Amino acid sequence: MNILRKKSAANLPFSETAIELFIRLCGISSIIFVFGIFFFVFREGAGFLFNGLDLGEFLTSVEWQPTSLNNKRYGAFALIVGTFSVTLLAMCIAVPFGLGAAIFVSEFCSPKLRETFKIIIELLAAIPSVVWGFIGLTLMNQLIIAVFKAPIGLTMLNGSIMLALMSLPIIVSIAEDALKAVPDSYREAAEALGATRWQVVYRVLLPAAKNGLLAAVLLGAARSIGETMAVLMATGHSVNIPSGPLSWIRTLTATIAAELGEVARGDEHYQVLFIIGILLFTITFVVNLIADLVIKGIRQES
Amino acid sequence: MQRNGHIGYTAIYLLVVLACGFVMNGCSPKDKASAAKIEGTQFIIKNKGSDTMVNLAQAWAEKYTNVSTTASVEVSGGGSGTGVAALINGTVDIANCSRQIKPKELELAAQNNGKVPQEFIVGYDALAVYVHHDTPLDKITITQLAEIYGENGTITQWSDLGISHSDCPSDKIIRISRQSNSGTYFYFREALLGTSRDFRIGSLDLHGSKDVVEVVGRTPCAIGYSGMGYATSYVKMLEIAADLDSPYYPPNLENVLAKTYPIARPLYMYTLGEPTGEVKTYLDWILSAEGQKIVEKLGFVPLESKLE
Repeated sequence: MNILRKKSAANLPFSETAIELFIRLCGISSIIFVFGIFFFVFREGAGFLFNGLDLGEFLTSVEWQPTSLNNKRYGAFALIVGTFSVTLLAMCIAVPFGLGAAIFVSEFCSPKLRETFKIIIELLAAIPSVVWGFIGLTLMNQLIIAVFKAPIGLTMLNGSIMLALMSLPIIVSIAEDALKAVPDSYREAAEALGATRWQVVYRVLLPAAKNGLLAAVLLGAARSIGETMAVLMATGHSVNIPSGPLSWIRTLTATIAAELGEVARGDEHYQVLFIIGILLFTITFVVNLIADLVIKGIRQES
Repeated sequence: MQRNGHIGYTAIYLLVVLACGFVMNGCSPKDKASAAKIEGTQFIIKNKGSDTMVNLAQAWAEKYTNVSTTASVEVSGGGSGTGVAALINGTVDIANCSRQIKPKELELAAQNNGKVPQEFIVGYDALAVYVHHDTPLDKITITQLAEIYGENGTITQWSDLGISHSDCPSDKIIRISRQSNSGTYFYFREALLGTSRDFRIGSLDLHGSKDVVEVVGRTPCAIGYSGMGYATSYVKMLEIAADLDSPYYPPNLENVLAKTYPIARPLYMYTLGEPTGEVKTYLDWILSAEGQKIVEKLGFVPLESKLE
């Protein structure tokens, strides 16, 4: 086999070499792009990050006054809290629904229904985030006012529901793959021992697929953290430490989106927005890295 | 304005699709002729900037299609800062701005393009302070507004203003503000607090003039500021006085022109260098009686000399 492959490699026609080279370039380019983006974001923010910005104030103060005329303050604590709280609440909504849907699609429904379901769930992923934001701003706003008697519906809860709906497709499809990856022999063995279908799911499949499910949740969370437009429109966009789901908040991403258009290039404010970018990059990187390691965990197991 | 922008784009897109449909069907020779003209030699004036002015700019652009056969205007919003940034990059012919251009921006634009931006005042905008139409409040002073919006302000509840607001059980004033790249935000802050004090954090910073009025119209506890042209039947515009000893003035044409209404500002358009050709013709038309009539129709205040 080895000899055969070597021989054919030597006699490879030119077109094939070219294609191989092209594919290789594509692969490398994605790495270059990621590092390029990271380099760019870091370069734009680095000057102020190492020279001028009070990192302690940046991470702990709630005073976000970047456009003040004589007392500029860059405290991103409220924005960090906003990002994490809205993501956490979104995951509290999305995880039960997402995993439930994945279990249903992979274990309980007929093949025909499964195909329909998958198409519809993928359709959910195709809705642009500005449309979600619009739904949050109009429909969900009024719904929250009516249901919770809140003075205003542009709240953390509103944003979380939008984020939950947006990260559901990711959670469902990855979780379903993870459940599908559990060998059928597990199911057969459990059923042969007299387990009911629910017992199979609860006692056998979930433990066996736990890494994949965790990865699904983490990737869903990463999606929520990075989301911009929907949270900008639905959460009230207010620098505020939330006291409950009906508080309004502002996220890191929405701040960049709302303010980057205005600032002069190279300005302190411009650089701080890029430092927020570095912070977001780090957060998503850590989340994705954990998800990746977890997925690798599954591969080795199976 | 983000939202409006998108609706705008969708509407334009639909119109284009429809128009294409008609052209394809080729209803009459005349249609074909006019379509050919559109495809052919029209000069496109690119116009971008202030969200406050976007409806006005669009109305001008629409009307201008009846006036000029040789030029059409492409309008987009995004905020005064966005418009000026585009001017600095040299990607627009006219930048709309609801605040005056900053010296630093002027310098950058001249540096990047070799042409000094020229300023045109094209109308006036009176900022109205809006509350929900059920709010039992009709007038307010600038000093009170400063205490509501300013840092370390002393007014946080409706009862602090001496009213009992039955539709707002929490009694807490919900401050609606604008995102910080809007000219409206800068102007309102300066009008209320001067240059030494900032807005208090914790206000809801919405993304467009129209959104502010919409949210206030749905929120009994809210107070907000936006151009007076955006008023709806769900909101009430407050009469405003400089302080408790001064007379109150409602936001309207006469008071703005008489300069008695305290929060009114000019609306600017900027071009790179002295405008020439189609851009000059367009600006002249905007400053003409016909162009200024549209200013008034949209709830802004036209230039004095053009008012008969």
